[in-house]
Amino acid sequence: MYDFDFANPATLDEAVAALGRGDAQALAGGQTYLPALRQRLAAPDTIVSLKRVEGLSDIEATVDTLRIGAMATHARIARETADRFPALSRLAGNIGDMAVRSRGTLGGSLANNDPSACYPAMALATGATIHTNARDIAAEDFFRGMFETALDDGEIITAVTVPVAQAAHYEKFVQRASRFALVGVFAARYPDGARVAVTGASSGGVFRWTEAEERLSDRFEASALDGLTIAPDDMIEDLHATKPYRAHLVSVMTRRAVEHA
Amino acid sequence: MPEISMRVNGTDRTVRVENRTLLVHALRDGLRLTGTHVGCDTSQCGACTIHVDGAPVKACSMLAVEADGAEVETIEGQAMSDGSLNTIQQAFQDHHGLQCGFCTPGMVMATAALLRENPKPGDAEIRHALKGNICRCTGYQGIVNAILAASGQPVPAAMDSEPAPVAAE
Repeated sequence: MYDFDFANPATLDEAVAALGRGDAQALAGGQTYLPALRQRLAAPDTIVSLKRVEGLSDIEATVDTLRIGAMATHARIARETADRFPALSRLAGNIGDMAVRSRGTLGGSLANNDPSACYPAMALATGATIHTNARDIAAEDFFRGMFETALDDGEIITAVTVPVAQAAHYEKFVQRASRFALVGVFAARYPDGARVAVTGASSGGVFRWTEAEERLSDRFEASALDGLTIAPDDMIEDLHATKPYRAHLVSVMTRRAVEHA
Repeated sequence: MPEISMRVNGTDRTVRVENRTLLVHALRDGLRLTGTHVGCDTSQCGACTIHVDGAPVKACSMLAVEADGAEVETIEGQAMSDGSLNTIQQAFQDHHGLQCGFCTPGMVMATAALLRENPKPGDAEIRHALKGNICRCTGYQGIVNAILAASGQPVPAAMDSEPAPVAAE
């Protein structure tokens, strides 16, 4: 790893200013970024830690939403959303491993937008809103393909507002070495219909499976999905799974998510 | 070079590091606490698991400068004050929870973190908690047994009988 300057701001304004100076990179929990630095996949001039920035890790509940600070760790989200939104709690409690969950954060994961990460599926399936230092971005507009998001350079996620579903479940087929999702599906039922988001499968990153949503909006039962498959053409293919295998997993994980919701 | 201050196993320590120094190297090279092991270069093995402000973290996946002001616990702080093994360590010895011992510091620290949150974990909870700690010797059953014993729970009998015969086709 090449050396860098280290900024440890205490306020959001200071963090934004530090990120505006040259080739700087924000550091949240670092559970993806530090391994990337060590492999020299990234080599910024400055790293701006967000750990000390005040007010970025609170979790607040309203009548029908959770507002989760971007720096809330997976462990904390797993603990503190268990009563209010068990599907989210379970998702957070199954990310990576125990040590990763102590450090890794919701905001870091969303900003990275790994095509196999869990939170993007949750954000898209719940219709979450991503708040930054500059604006609010609907999840629908936030994810722009593998590792790409709507965030501008130096823009910092501050919190995420998640509408709590009437029923929901996230089903992940674990890739056992990385513990990311080989395929993961978040299915959620809301008064105005069902939403289904898929991670780990598409070369375009997380996506909504609208055909499944239409069927589940009529009837939120696994049998409503009978006969429904997804084309393998745009699936990821790597040493872990072929395109047809991933496409098959999308159907199976969606059924299981609905069954367990 | 920045100087960081940490409370390590109950003692205030300061150490000079580079911004890029990983916490595990600050502990091993800076403070000579070499019980925290480096078992991989990909953040996957868990051998460097320590506690920072009470939570288990991989010391290879945190910058030393991020630990400035933190409370750090390492394997060196686990033994009793007279040097004898603590309950977890003794259980690992008693139940064959280690062979080569390389992963053991991380296993013990992960166990300590687990038992702090969940004093009586079941088999599945133990295995879930150890997902980030890789052992290449034991096959894990001895480790699971050690953690059951360390938490005062019955340990399943060893498989001391002949394996069941394979059914004829």
